[in-house]
Amino acid sequence: MRLPCPLCGDRDHREFTYRSVALDRPADEGWSDAWNDYIHLRDNPAGPQDELWWHGAGCGAWLVVTRDTKTHEVLGAKLAGES
Amino acid sequence: MANLVEMTPCRGMEPVTIGTVTLSEVLPGRITSLSPRKTASRDVLKQGHGMAFPAPNRATGKAGARAIWSGRDQAMLVGPTPAPELAEAFAMTDQSDAWAILRLEGAGWRDVLARLTPLDLREGVFKRGHTARSQLGHMNMSLTRTGRDVVEIMVFRSMAETAVHELTGAMTGLAARG
Repeated sequence: MRLPCPLCGDRDHREFTYRSVALDRPADEGWSDAWNDYIHLRDNPAGPQDELWWHGAGCGAWLVVTRDTKTHEVLGAKLAGES
Repeated sequence: MANLVEMTPCRGMEPVTIGTVTLSEVLPGRITSLSPRKTASRDVLKQGHGMAFPAPNRATGKAGARAIWSGRDQAMLVGPTPAPELAEAFAMTDQSDAWAILRLEGAGWRDVLARLTPLDLREGVFKRGHTARSQLGHMNMSLTRTGRDVVEIMVFRSMAETAVHELTGAMTGLAARG
């Protein structure tokens, strides 16, 4: 599998570390149902999913990679800091 | 007073030639990481050292004074002592003693590195003046092509001995294939 790093170009997956599905972090400071969902609930889709990957052996950037969970096809990647 | 002898990162290794490829240590002088501040222009590097701040995957300057892109919003100034005016535009850290630099030279350099890194190093893809952060075996490295058949490899100083071992191993294996 190769991931299209926006800075480095297509790179082998051994340069990357997977973190988790990319979720929108709740804006509120206190506890809420949104925080409960953010921490515990996952959709487990069969299809495209946004994921966080760290290009630790490359540019050091965090990426949001869109990957199809059925086919492992990588549909795109962008810098997490700019998404 | 003890008589202290300065050691190079690769312990003063002599150049090694195996087959068509030569591996040697480079002693670069100062190495300074440059992280641009959002409030100032990166052009200060041009005024201070006559080279542009490098775009991703590029190195600027020439032998003895280079700026090598080394990650998101980061470059290494390799060679000169940073000019004072750089401080207003960059957050800087002296990393001179943190890196080992090796030069791989000769027609077979691409075949040696093909055994150790997943990078695409074909002629039309990785050209002179290009640089990449990637892996050498299991070590993180910075690879810069400085000539037609010359690349410079930066690894963390603590990995110097392993890098030499890996590279000479690959050179030996390549030469044995004839």
